[in-house]
Amino acid sequence: MDLTAPSRLASRDLFDESVGGLFARPVRTALTVLGTVVGIAALVATIGLSRTAGNRIVGRFDELAATEIVVTSKPPSPGGAPTALPWDAEQRMERLNGVVAAGTLTTINVGDALVRTSRVSDPRRQTSFNLSVAAASPGAFAAVRADLRNGRLFDEAHSERGDRVAVLGPSAALRLGIDGVEQMPAITIGDDIYLVIGILDGVARQPDLLGSVIIPEGTAAATFRLASPERVVIETRIGATTLISTQVPNALKPDNPRALRVAVPPEPKRVREAVQNDLNLMFILLGGVALVVGAIGIANVTLVSVMERTGEIGLRRALGASRRHIAEQFLLESATMGAIGGVLGASIGTLVVVAVAARESWTPVLDPFVPLAAPLVGAAIGFVSGAYPSVRAARMEPVDALRSGT
Amino acid sequence: MEPDAAAPPLVEVSGLGRTFGTEPPVHALVGVNLSVQERDWLAIVGASGSGKSTLLSILGCLDTPTAGTYRFDGIDVAALSDRQRAGLRCRALGFVFQSFHLIESRTVIENVMISEIYRKQTRRGRRERAAAALDEVGLANRAEFLPTRLSGGERQRVAIARALTRSPRLLLCDEPTGNLDSTTTHAILDLFAALNERGRTIVMITHERDVAKRASRQVQMVDGSLKESAWI
Repeated sequence: MDLTAPSRLASRDLFDESVGGLFARPVRTALTVLGTVVGIAALVATIGLSRTAGNRIVGRFDELAATEIVVTSKPPSPGGAPTALPWDAEQRMERLNGVVAAGTLTTINVGDALVRTSRVSDPRRQTSFNLSVAAASPGAFAAVRADLRNGRLFDEAHSERGDRVAVLGPSAALRLGIDGVEQMPAITIGDDIYLVIGILDGVARQPDLLGSVIIPEGTAAATFRLASPERVVIETRIGATTLISTQVPNALKPDNPRALRVAVPPEPKRVREAVQNDLNLMFILLGGVALVVGAIGIANVTLVSVMERTGEIGLRRALGASRRHIAEQFLLESATMGAIGGVLGASIGTLVVVAVAARESWTPVLDPFVPLAAPLVGAAIGFVSGAYPSVRAARMEPVDALRSGT
Repeated sequence: MEPDAAAPPLVEVSGLGRTFGTEPPVHALVGVNLSVQERDWLAIVGASGSGKSTLLSILGCLDTPTAGTYRFDGIDVAALSDRQRAGLRCRALGFVFQSFHLIESRTVIENVMISEIYRKQTRRGRRERAAAALDEVGLANRAEFLPTRLSGGERQRVAIARALTRSPRLLLCDEPTGNLDSTTTHAILDLFAALNERGRTIVMITHERDVAKRASRQVQMVDGSLKESAWI
């Protein structure tokens, strides 16, 4: 027998010794693993929640963006007259199958005319403002998904009669100092007095309306000599935009459909990816920080463990363990701690995603790769964290280890 | 058991020196010559700091000399690499320490079984061999106990069983009775005597004259040098 042949450690023995080392101090091992559990759980939960929330956000965004069509006239060729949109665009659009709501909007050029409020609550307060004035058909409010905060919206009759009524966007109302319609507030646009009948709370589309004074289209035509509507805003059913966008030009301008410009929604997939990428980066950074803290925990505890087990290291060296065997044992211990942390963390993280999604009535979305890869990530973190303590253990001289350890 | 004087020595040390540090250097061993035959039971006695533990560490391939030669079974140990010395410890050397060096989270039999793992022996029969070693030291009924439930003498017996299960060519004992009372000391020495009778080669260091007297041969360390039977 070659007495000097290198000693050997079977894989199963190495595994048994490492697991034995872990369970020698179960409470400490559990507390150490806790760091990785928190880190991995945070990572899995944040990735899952970002996907889930992102899916929700993007879903809402898609629903809004993917159902909007805006039709305008193309700029006229030099010397040519601009193509006029028909006044009955709203009725024409509503006849198309797949249109949920439609309305016309026009930004009115009021020249130097200011919008003034007649209500004087503070003598020093400014009462004249250079506000945007828009004309809208009654259906436009539904098409832009306007929410009414106060009062009422104008209707077809107001428009037909040319009533001088106005609905204020929330920003416009704030600037004019009008917070309700109970006292029948009035404003003037130039020299004409308008009764404020409603105040909007918000709009989902055409955000320029938020700061505008909105008057009926018929009133605008009579007062400001509006030649034709500027744009048609259409809300379609989901999935109908492509079809509607091909029908709209013929419906609005059968004699010259090419003169119209139909703005279709952006490619939903690209928008979804952009939003998700932003969310994922933020959440992965947060989870990464948690994981680094967990890794430092493993490194610390493994180092303390090495210092405490100096005597055991000396004994193993006396029994024939090579430096490599010692390093392998401590590396496997720390990697196992990381892997256990990964399994528990992935489980907890997945439960958090499911629980939050259930509470919010969302659909939980989690890439199956994430919980499956988490134990591997945990093991890798444990491995890297244990590298320095393991090398330190392996470098101990057996005689010194035996002397300093008991 | 009487050693075979005609056989080549198991351990042969010549002009062995070990110096620690440089400013100023500490000469722990100076020109030590020693030979140990198979089946010998040698006691190395000496006061604290005389260098006996350093000598035992070198004999156990746990440390390397800075001067002289050390041959174990004809192998020049000083020329071996760290891995080869580990291999030699694994196959030919057994250790018994003053402080036992048992792993407290493992049972008695697991502590004994651990001595085989670096030999990459088959796991089959490992438990039986460990049980036989425990039986040899009279602890068969303590196999599943944790070391914390054992007395000092019993712990040392476990350590001896751990060394024996590897069937070492040389059993090195570092103050094996240093932490034991007199009754237990006698029991452990009786065990060593029995092992020696069955052919084990034992080198034991101690600072107790009565303990050393039980060995078949005694040498004394004084300031890093060896004197054969000087004060016995």
